[in-house]
Amino acid sequence: MKNSIEIRDLSLNFGAVKVLTDLNLDIQDGEFLVLLGASGCGKSTLLNCIAGLLDVSGGQIFINGDNVTWKEPKERGIGMVFQSYALYPQMTVEGNLSFGLKNSKVPKDEIEKKIAHAAGILQIESLLKRKPGELSGGQRQRVAIGRALVREVEVFLFDEPLSNLDAKLRADLRVEIKRLHQKLKNTMIYVTHDQIEAMTLADRIAIMKDGLVQQLDDPRTIYNNPVNKYVAGFIGSPGMNFLDGQLKAGEPASFKMAEGSVDLTNYAFQQSFTDGQKVTFGIRPEHIVVGDEASEMPFSQEVEVEIIEPMGSDTLVWTKLNNQDFRFMLDGQIAINTGDKVNIGFDPKISSIFDEATELRV
Amino acid sequence: MATDARPNTLFRNLNAKLAALPMILCTMLIFVGCSLWTIIYSFTSSKALPVEKFVGFAQYERLFNTSRWVQSVENIMIYGIVALIFSFVVGFILAAFLDQKIRFENTFRTIFLYPFALSFIVTGVVWQWILDPSLGLQETMRNLGWENFTFDLISGKDTVIYALLMAGLWQGTGFVMVLMLAGLRGIDDDIWKAVRIEGIPKWKTYIVVVIPMMRGVLITTLVIVSAGIVKLYDLVVALTNGGPGLSSEVPAKYVYDFMFSRANIGQGLAASTVMLATVFIILIPWIYLEYGNKGKK
Amino acid sequence: MMNEPYGPRPGKILNPTRIMVYGVLIVAAIYYLLPLYIMITTSMKGLPEIRMGNIFALPVEVTFAPWAKAWDSACTGLYCEGLKTGFWNSVIITIPSVIVSIAIASVNGYALSNWKFKGSEVFFTILIFGSFIPFQVMLYPLVIVTRELGIFGSLWGIIFIHTIFGMPILTLLFRNYFASLPEELFKAARVDGAGFWGIFFKIMVPMSVPIFVVAVILQITGIWNDFLFGVVFAGTENFPMTVQLNNIVNSKQGVTEYNVNMAATILTGAVPLIVYFLSGKYFVRGIAAGAVKG
Repeated sequence: MKNSIEIRDLSLNFGAVKVLTDLNLDIQDGEFLVLLGASGCGKSTLLNCIAGLLDVSGGQIFINGDNVTWKEPKERGIGMVFQSYALYPQMTVEGNLSFGLKNSKVPKDEIEKKIAHAAGILQIESLLKRKPGELSGGQRQRVAIGRALVREVEVFLFDEPLSNLDAKLRADLRVEIKRLHQKLKNTMIYVTHDQIEAMTLADRIAIMKDGLVQQLDDPRTIYNNPVNKYVAGFIGSPGMNFLDGQLKAGEPASFKMAEGSVDLTNYAFQQSFTDGQKVTFGIRPEHIVVGDEASEMPFSQEVEVEIIEPMGSDTLVWTKLNNQDFRFMLDGQIAINTGDKVNIGFDPKISSIFDEATELRV
Repeated sequence: MATDARPNTLFRNLNAKLAALPMILCTMLIFVGCSLWTIIYSFTSSKALPVEKFVGFAQYERLFNTSRWVQSVENIMIYGIVALIFSFVVGFILAAFLDQKIRFENTFRTIFLYPFALSFIVTGVVWQWILDPSLGLQETMRNLGWENFTFDLISGKDTVIYALLMAGLWQGTGFVMVLMLAGLRGIDDDIWKAVRIEGIPKWKTYIVVVIPMMRGVLITTLVIVSAGIVKLYDLVVALTNGGPGLSSEVPAKYVYDFMFSRANIGQGLAASTVMLATVFIILIPWIYLEYGNKGKK
Repeated sequence: MMNEPYGPRPGKILNPTRIMVYGVLIVAAIYYLLPLYIMITTSMKGLPEIRMGNIFALPVEVTFAPWAKAWDSACTGLYCEGLKTGFWNSVIITIPSVIVSIAIASVNGYALSNWKFKGSEVFFTILIFGSFIPFQVMLYPLVIVTRELGIFGSLWGIIFIHTIFGMPILTLLFRNYFASLPEELFKAARVDGAGFWGIFFKIMVPMSVPIFVVAVILQITGIWNDFLFGVVFAGTENFPMTVQLNNIVNSKQGVTEYNVNMAATILTGAVPLIVYFLSGKYFVRGIAAGAVKG
């Protein structure tokens, strides 16, 4: 498949602060790529560089094979949707949608046709004569998407488009964006700090930290095989449990904690390790089983319940394992009380082990 | 793949640079250029026309040996110190009172500020009339029964500066009040709730909590008002024209008179350079505030 | 409900502190209003009434003759044409100066907030510092500059000067306002293909009506009230109203006509006062803008 966007050795400095460092990224034609990371990781900066709204300090950006590094935003064939919607307040919805087309001198009847088409897709026909101030947040964001849509651009850029909306609307619009992508099959780059949005929307997710892409993979791989401890901790809600200990060589190899050890027969090592290497063992709360099922697992142990957080469909239970906080998920229907003794267990097959120093997956 | 080089930065966003050209010319040619010209020519013996005959500090020596200049500097210092203290104290009290959820707050504010919309000339002329010893306030009070009422600031050599102050403060205190009020309104409402819960009396809150929080507004106001005081000119021309004698002369008037009436440009330039130096000294706290804080952020 | 308070709501009690606060405010208000009152009453009295020596008294016989004289025939030392020439001169000076200075400063502020380039902040800092330089420092060199440009002592000369000295505060005003507008709007317009001027006229200006109002008020009052620049740069024929007023009042010839002086004063102060009373909030915003850190 051909690449829609290629980013080569991109770096950007604000004075002495390096925001992006030698970043490389290939985005395929028609792909939905999510840039995910905590605030300040450089994800929005990267998006602004792709859009041409920030001058890069070094490196190149190609869109459909053209070097656009020094081109104006309008020459790049991109449309952009912003967190604050960024609708022109003094223009009607129609005026907002037509502004870009007028700037590129599209004939009037054609503008009308394109607006009608985009309004149809986004179901905002009835709003065309209104001003942005009279619209709800969800409607505004629809118009903002429409503004990119009418220009029939190759690439859609989304800069945290749903962050200003309440939870219910956010879920609705998320689905609509996904539907839009399936229909248009454009390349889309979507910046967010919300992992649910990332997981649900993305073909591939690029997790960023400190101006570097930590991992670029499809959501399932990122969830199951995080390349380092940062990615492991960032993805998943509630977050992954981490246990400190060291690796013991032998047949089978094992993970040794202060109290007890885990048989690693089922764990797929990706790197060789040394005997006694200090590591962090990670296992997701939803991968813990309890009761009789637990006893059949390669690792099981009885623990005391400290705190319970009922969440409806599930209950999150806090306990201690190896003297460290340890959480696991229970079906919400199971009755459980603080102080109960529970037998928990898991299979290291679905766990992740990271070197303590480098934090890379072992 | 072709690797396009970084384009020449000079021509990127050319429109923005062209649009900023008037500002660039204004700063470089007028503000910097003209000030430098003044400083340089203050070291010449220019009389009716500027000449490039450099005489070192001679103009400055003459300046500080001229009683009119010494009187001017003394006057502006008295005026400045009294005006600052008075306008800050009164301005702050009025602002604090207006901040007590007062009825007719807008009306009061409008009344306190309207003199600021008037020119110094208008202010000077009005106060000249009010302070007129033969028919103004003094005479009115005497006619109303206080036979010995004396309020003759304008014709006394030692008191005329207070006539200037009365007029100047009437005109300018409202400005200080508005800035103080803006500062007070910028303080988080939760602070007031917090001190109320802790039972700290209001006057103490102002001194211990509020004023330190308004440091930025206070310093900025101080700088703006002080820089304005140094320039004091119109008011003197309209109210006293420097008299009686030389007793209400000010530096700005000295500069104007020597440049345009007495054809002694060198003196005028030296005097204005001293004014410039004074303003720079006043600006130091502001620079400190603006640039000293950037390290902390 | 048992726990709800019943009975009438306690009214706002006027405690001693509150009385003191209102007392001080009212006394201060009287002090501030007194000169305006004296100005108006004096201007409506005849000279004999003034000589009775009670500036607080209301006019017994209201006369508008002093107003007519101030406007039409009061003497400025040489001529006896009243203030009317000065009034029209001020109008002719103020209108183009306000338009030119705001046009230039708004574009400047826009370039500085949205199109920062290398060195733009340095120029801006110098500009702001420049606003603190006493005019007297630049007075003589500016005489030379305007003379070289051939505009010294002319209408264009005084417009030029007002544009220059209005630039720091106006640029600050516009820069801060434009910077307070959401940056994403500017970005969206760029993605939509609008250029420097397109964004300015189609996006920024329509959103900035309030700040243009503030700037207009600031400039009208500032330029109308100017004295020094008018004296130096406008030329005798274009002397603004403030200069004429000063000449009328302080020309020591013949009998001092206090009523005419006061009428002339009111006439000179009328334009900025009307602007002030009509604009209220905007005027406050304008003068406070100088104190807001950039």
